[in-house]
Amino acid sequence: MATLGPPLRTFRGLLRELRYTKGEAGRSYQEMAAYQYLKEAFRVHRVTSEKLCRAQHDLHFQAATYLCLLRSVRKHLALHQEYHSGGERSAEEVAGLVGLKLPHQPGGKGWEP
Amino acid sequence: MWRGNLQLLLSSIPLAVRHQRPVFRVRGPVFLPLNLRKPYTPQPERKRFYQNVSICQGEGGFEINLDHRKLKTPQGTLFTVPNKTLALAVATEWDSQQDTIKFFTMHLTTLCNTALDNPSQRSKEQLIRAAVKFLETDTICYRMEEPPALVELQKNEWDPVVVWAEKRYDVVIGSSTSILGPSIPQSTKDTFISHLASYNTWALHGIEYMITQLKSLILAMGLLDKHLTVEQAVLLSRLEEEYQIQHWGNVEWAHDYDVHELRARTAAATLFVHLCSESSTVKHKLMQD
Repeated sequence: MATLGPPLRTFRGLLRELRYTKGEAGRSYQEMAAYQYLKEAFRVHRVTSEKLCRAQHDLHFQAATYLCLLRSVRKHLALHQEYHSGGERSAEEVAGLVGLKLPHQPGGKGWEP
Repeated sequence: MWRGNLQLLLSSIPLAVRHQRPVFRVRGPVFLPLNLRKPYTPQPERKRFYQNVSICQGEGGFEINLDHRKLKTPQGTLFTVPNKTLALAVATEWDSQQDTIKFFTMHLTTLCNTALDNPSQRSKEQLIRAAVKFLETDTICYRMEEPPALVELQKNEWDPVVVWAEKRYDVVIGSSTSILGPSIPQSTKDTFISHLASYNTWALHGIEYMITQLKSLILAMGLLDKHLTVEQAVLLSRLEEEYQIQHWGNVEWAHDYDVHELRARTAAATLFVHLCSESSTVKHKLMQD
């Protein structure tokens, strides 16, 4: 069985991701239906007297998977916008990407029109 | 000669019709000529045309409302999902789009659309057969012979998963270093076929997606059984790449980009399968004295 760490940490991670998704729209993440649902789900399944409760582990696994989904989508989108959203780069940009500069010749190279 | 032919052709059309020129109407986004836009620029994205996203319970299940319009699939059928958790997750995907709708980040919506429309028109048996076919070329059954460090790494990381699967399903899988892969006995395939048959069609679409992303049936089974987390499964699936990164260095716009995309896709498929195959029964415990 996969080890997932404490459920509270997963819950906090989920809240952080929800905050990111609503970050720029100007609304609070607490208005989202998903927030209410997650809060309720974590609260209802909190108390159990067993050492290892199957249902709780199932739910925690789902929560951790959802956290992974939200986090990966955010990071993937950030990288996409940084590197892959602008079409093909110019020669200067490509050189800059790997820390190089294009050679510069004062007065031109002689073959320009 | 050709001109003569054309006139001959035209002469058979009455004069009154000949003057009516055909009108071609351009529909959809207007494309810039090639020399005016940067090459390989992606298509313009659609604007976020709605404000509020909500879910409601209909006859066939849960539906998504964008303002007061109902969400539909690409083939035009009503978007309905079997349970509330999935509907909420899909609604959150639509709600988290900022200015434009980025469909490539909406993995759960995509999976639901696939299950609803079934564009490849495949039956349950075909889905299962395609999934089990992957076992013959399962990533974690193919081993390297050199370099020794990678051989060691594959042995240490992949063997426990294979052993777990053999024990859990009571089958023989094994591993191989030959290009032809391990020879999987028919009884193993039959076991997996009968196991997969217990899932419904929605879940099977998710399972097939998961297997094709991870390139491994065994890792997908580990996720279905909650034996592995998504991060672990993705790491095991990319083991050789990770080894090469250790050696040659990490490139953010290729390696990190890939790993996050793979994680997102795998996590979406895992969540989708778990939500579609569970029967949500909540048992409240009674206090005992």
